[in-house]
Amino acid sequence: MSESPVVVAVVAGHGRFADGVLSAVDQITGRGNAFVAVSNTGLGPGDLEALIVSALDRTGARVVFTDLPAGSCTMAVRRAQRSRPDIVLVTGANVAVLMEFLFAAEGPLGTPVGGLADVGDMARAAAEKARDTLAVFGG
Amino acid sequence: MSIELYRIDDRLIHGQVVVGWGQPLGLRFIVLVDDDVAASDWEQELYRMGVPPSMEVYFHSVAEMSSALQGYRDDARPGMLLVARVETMQELVRQNPEIMRVNVGGVHHAEGRSQRLRYVFLTADEENVLRELQQQRVEVTAQDVPSARPVPLDELLAARQSA
Repeated sequence: MSESPVVVAVVAGHGRFADGVLSAVDQITGRGNAFVAVSNTGLGPGDLEALIVSALDRTGARVVFTDLPAGSCTMAVRRAQRSRPDIVLVTGANVAVLMEFLFAAEGPLGTPVGGLADVGDMARAAAEKARDTLAVFGG
Repeated sequence: MSIELYRIDDRLIHGQVVVGWGQPLGLRFIVLVDDDVAASDWEQELYRMGVPPSMEVYFHSVAEMSSALQGYRDDARPGMLLVARVETMQELVRQNPEIMRVNVGGVHHAEGRSQRLRYVFLTADEENVLRELQQQRVEVTAQDVPSARPVPLDELLAARQSA
């Protein structure tokens, strides 16, 4: 992975979901390290929430992508939002939405192009674009 | 049909419950028994958000279940009863001796708990509660997802894993 220190979001999910999608993002863009991966494996709700919030605090990111609306990572972020309403949650994440958000958050040379106030709008726009990438062919 | 699974899981409603068990069992409702959640509209909304439209969630305090459980047992739809704590399930069994099987689905690391399985950590008191349930002829097994092997209580309590 490249050495850029800019982290735009945390990706949290079941098992090795986050590592997997970020390895794909890295292979495609070279910027897998623009995200921090969190796994829920072996963690109860309190420890998971603390781990996600710690990743946000450590990196300065405000956006968390999770894999499943009903998942424990989603629940943990929703709990964190009670005291941290600045956190933005995107659930149902996939490779497409991560790349859309990455390119919205960073310019082509790795320079952030949006102010902090824009991350919610960036996340919503990325989710809308990524939704359109889900398609079925044949059958 | 009624209650297909009586589950202890400190994450309460989450992916394993809604999808992992919900799909193969065809769950149509979850009875979530927890005093804190029953007293909090915000908590209830959080958990409602986690289930699909095809699944109902009912929230109860522990005390309410002494009279409420039978109605769910008589429900024609398949359902799951869910608690976060070992002691809560013990109280439900005390109130409702017809509960014959308990699933330990997830009790995670906390101060004073020792790891028994990848997803089960227990204090000595919690272990004693589970032993007492077994002595009351309740079949206690640990199983996180349907495809996993149910681990009998004796084997669970004999297991030691490094954290």
